[in-house]
Amino acid sequence: MTAIGSIRRRLFLQLAAVAAFLAIALFFSIRSVAEQAAADTQDSILTASATSIADALYSEGGEIRLELPYSALSMLSSAGQDRVFYSVLSGETILTGYADLPRTRSASDSTQFATQNYRGDEVRFATLTRSLSAAGASKLVTITVGQTQDGLATISSEITRTATTIGAAFFAVAVTLSLLAAQTAIAPLQRLTSAISRRGPNDLRPVKAATTSELVPLVDGLNSFIHRLRSALARSEDLITEAAHRVRTPLATVRTQAELIHRNMEKDDNRTAVRQMIRALDESSRSAGQLLDHAMVTLRTDKMEPEQIDLAALIGDVCDRLTPTADLKDIRIRFTSSDPPVRAMADPILLQNALHNILDNAIKYSPSDTEISVTLEDGKQHILTIIDQGRGFGDTDVDALTGRFERGANVGSVLGSGLGLTIVADVVRAHDGTLFLGPNPERTGACVSLYLPSA
Amino acid sequence: MRFLLIEDNQQLGSALSQRFALDGHVVDHVMLLEAARDAIKTVSYDLILLDIMLPDGDGRSFLKHRRNAADQAPVIVLTARSEVSDRVGLLDLGADDYIVKPFDFSELEARCRAVLRRRGGAAGNAKTFANVIFDSSTGALTVAGQDKTLRNKEIRLLEVFFSAPAQIFSKTHLLDRLFSFSEDVSENAIEVYVGRIRKKLEGSGAAIETVRGLGYRMVER
Repeated sequence: MTAIGSIRRRLFLQLAAVAAFLAIALFFSIRSVAEQAAADTQDSILTASATSIADALYSEGGEIRLELPYSALSMLSSAGQDRVFYSVLSGETILTGYADLPRTRSASDSTQFATQNYRGDEVRFATLTRSLSAAGASKLVTITVGQTQDGLATISSEITRTATTIGAAFFAVAVTLSLLAAQTAIAPLQRLTSAISRRGPNDLRPVKAATTSELVPLVDGLNSFIHRLRSALARSEDLITEAAHRVRTPLATVRTQAELIHRNMEKDDNRTAVRQMIRALDESSRSAGQLLDHAMVTLRTDKMEPEQIDLAALIGDVCDRLTPTADLKDIRIRFTSSDPPVRAMADPILLQNALHNILDNAIKYSPSDTEISVTLEDGKQHILTIIDQGRGFGDTDVDALTGRFERGANVGSVLGSGLGLTIVADVVRAHDGTLFLGPNPERTGACVSLYLPSA
Repeated sequence: MRFLLIEDNQQLGSALSQRFALDGHVVDHVMLLEAARDAIKTVSYDLILLDIMLPDGDGRSFLKHRRNAADQAPVIVLTARSEVSDRVGLLDLGADDYIVKPFDFSELEARCRAVLRRRGGAAGNAKTFANVIFDSSTGALTVAGQDKTLRNKEIRLLEVFFSAPAQIFSKTHLLDRLFSFSEDVSENAIEVYVGRIRKKLEGSGAAIETVRGLGYRMVER
């Protein structure tokens, strides 16, 4: 199935984008507030400096005089490498300081600020105008104090660094939280998925896992689908059983009738024809039976629930059950076992079916008046060995024999569906066991061994 | 011996009845469980053959019902269901054995014989020839008062000879009676089994005679 994007990734990317936007906004707001604060600080110091110069003005003999206070400039010099410029003008006449400072005039008793290029540097100027009375006349004195902005630039870059760190940290935390949030958001979906995918292929019970309200319609839809599937399967199972019954009974009728005819028939040619007819009947009913058995075994191995069984008793039952069939060919089934009970965890019906298939094969391929030995050894593993005196596997690739519809190279005219050993292999695999096919170690014949883990 | 056959398929029931009649058994064929219940009230059967799916109910209910009854004739179930789980359940319900349709009649015969022998069945079909007593339904052979054990093919061969003493049976005929349809055997195989029967009949008043070019027959010595 192709996925069109991922909810988690989409959710995460959206949250991360918001986080990035917020981090950048945070960076700029921190920087602008802090730089504004730094600039304000510089302005206040410049104002204080200008004011203290203004306060040191006095008039003497009609002349404006100034005793430049040391503190007025020292308060500015504290800010590192910055150079300081000042000028005091009385009207247009320079009283002291740099004559070439940009001349501005501020409203009376308020400070005017300006940033201008002076002698190749960006300089922040504060200009204060005072009116003083000298010799009965009022004179305007303009005090300008300037400072280069190197200190401010240093502070600004520090602020930028700090703001970057804070922004990045915020972004990192926000991204982590976004991941968590995306994970939490899809967690119910994942729980639902694992509840469904954990099921065996035949578990068709409705989904009951508790889930969030958003997922309820999905679960409801799923359950109704499961319900429909289950009834469809039940119908086909019924159909198989019914079909088996409907086909097998007429087959039995035909076979019995054919046997009667065969028995009462005089001409050898006709007898051969009826014989062939009966063999064909046997072949078709055998195939049908094995196909049904194989379907049953597949179904059961999928939802296998092993139980504690007595392996020796189970094998004994199957041997007893097949004794009349073996008797027809005067074949003796000899079963030897370690002292019963031999405990094992297994599905008895599956094991019976597998063993039935192995013994049925042994009887089928053995000539009359022979023996089939069934041995159960109880050790680290249960080892079940069935040895017959039949034709064996010949040159057949024994590994291929467990495939569906595979038959040995030397089966001759013996009827078979090619499913018997497939069933055996499936059952053994479902029990975590191993199946070995080989020759009878002492004479011609086959040896089938099942290694099953001990309980 | 008297068998009760409960089978709703008319043709299969009558074919089986005819086939059993060839071996000298009497078969009462009923098609409903109700008729079967009536039949076992009045007749004591040696063996019951029961189909599982019947128009008026499940053969299993008949099995359950019979379990509590005093009458203990053995039951062999004829089932059309090949699923192992179904088959195992039948034995748990008290069936003595089961056979899956369609079946080889000789296998059904062998199973009947095994069940009857296990139950120590009444010697219903014993036939006497000279001083030899043979019961084909249990496979018991008594030669001059001595019990002999027989294997399956020996039983079937003796059954043929006892069915018509003095009649000559061809090798082909004997071959058909002795070997199932799935076996490929040569006519020489018959000589082996005739040899074995001769050994079992040693010292008795009966003998198997070779009729050159025609076959074998059982004669008094």
